[in-house]
Amino acid sequence: MAKLESSLKNMILSLTCICVVAGGVLAGVYMLTLETINAAAEQKKMDAEAAVLNGQEGVAVMAEEQGFGGLIKVMVGISNEGEILGYEVLDCSQETPGLGSKCVDWFKNAEKAGQNIVGRKATGKFIVSKDATAETDENDRVDAITAATISSRAFLKAINSACAQVNGADCCSGATQMAVPAEEHHCEHACGGECKGDGSCGKCQGACGHHEEGACEHHCEHHCNH
Amino acid sequence: MANKALSTLTNGILKENPTFALVLGMCPTLATTGSAINGMSMGLATMVVLICSNVVISLLKNLIPDNVRIPAFIVVIASFVTMVQLLLKAYAPAVDDALGLFIPLIVVNCIVLGRAEAFAAKNNAGLSALDGLGMGLGFTLSLTVIGAVRELLGTGKVFDIAIFSENYGMLIFVLAPGAFIALGYLMAIVNKIQKK
Repeated sequence: MAKLESSLKNMILSLTCICVVAGGVLAGVYMLTLETINAAAEQKKMDAEAAVLNGQEGVAVMAEEQGFGGLIKVMVGISNEGEILGYEVLDCSQETPGLGSKCVDWFKNAEKAGQNIVGRKATGKFIVSKDATAETDENDRVDAITAATISSRAFLKAINSACAQVNGADCCSGATQMAVPAEEHHCEHACGGECKGDGSCGKCQGACGHHEEGACEHHCEHHCNH
Repeated sequence: MANKALSTLTNGILKENPTFALVLGMCPTLATTGSAINGMSMGLATMVVLICSNVVISLLKNLIPDNVRIPAFIVVIASFVTMVQLLLKAYAPAVDDALGLFIPLIVVNCIVLGRAEAFAAKNNAGLSALDGLGMGLGFTLSLTVIGAVRELLGTGKVFDIAIFSENYGMLIFVLAPGAFIALGYLMAIVNKIQKK
């Protein structure tokens, strides 16, 4: 069969048919793999949660920050006493392989205390050593990855953001996403809001528990899952 | 007939090796060869796309008018690349993470479009498949070798097995300049061996 001549009709027909068939096949493959892809992502998240907690009591928090090439996603395990139990990098694919990508293991190197954040207090103020000032606490100084300062800064910012979530700074304002979803927990703290005298607090979504104008001290009982 | 088949297959591995002889597909070659396993994975993914697109284009060669052959080829190649990416995401997410952006870039890898136009559009499906396989194997081989060299000199490991301490690794080989250096030297060596 000789090759089709390049008439307008043939060109349009040929291209349209190829595109329609390609589209159909791709849609099919997409549907077939959708379940597996979602399951793999879920599994990865769950594995990370288990890994960061290391079998101890605490909470696993996710955070992300713009790194050198794209978003770095981390999951941090923070103990009830406010110490870092461990971390897993969920996604650093946009960082330079061999440089920024070292964040996966660099900051949990047990042999190098200067860069190891596991076991330190989760103050939320980690900073790379070269950016630190004289006032910076010893606990907060972290040695950056050699030749990958930007990725290191982003990684620490993500860790700090995760710590901030747990330290209650953000919990009740509804701006966070906890890695342990739909868990009802007590944010027992003076939420710093002003009671409106009608049972609602200006700051937290929870109920005041008292009807007096003044500082609220109550349990924020709600799902941190939004 | 068997002779032609065999020569088509081995052509892509040494005589017309896409990396060292044809100098095609340089972008993924330089970017994904930071380690041996990354280079090998990239080569294998490209090989799958090469074989599939060569076969399909060869089967369709009489139905695609000459003036629209490039867009038609690209649609076919892009479809296969998307399929490969979806399958990798589903069944080998670690590979997908490691190769990241460079899997979709297989679409514009000159080797794939180049072989489609130079070979698949003029030969039957069987030979085209063999050509795809040969070129793919040649590409995989060269990427693996470059990756192994860069990984060894840069971090002291090959396929993650430590050969010597990382402290003696040369950082430059992990970065872009090292890719050019490694590629240049290997190309010189391969061509010298071939000329003998």
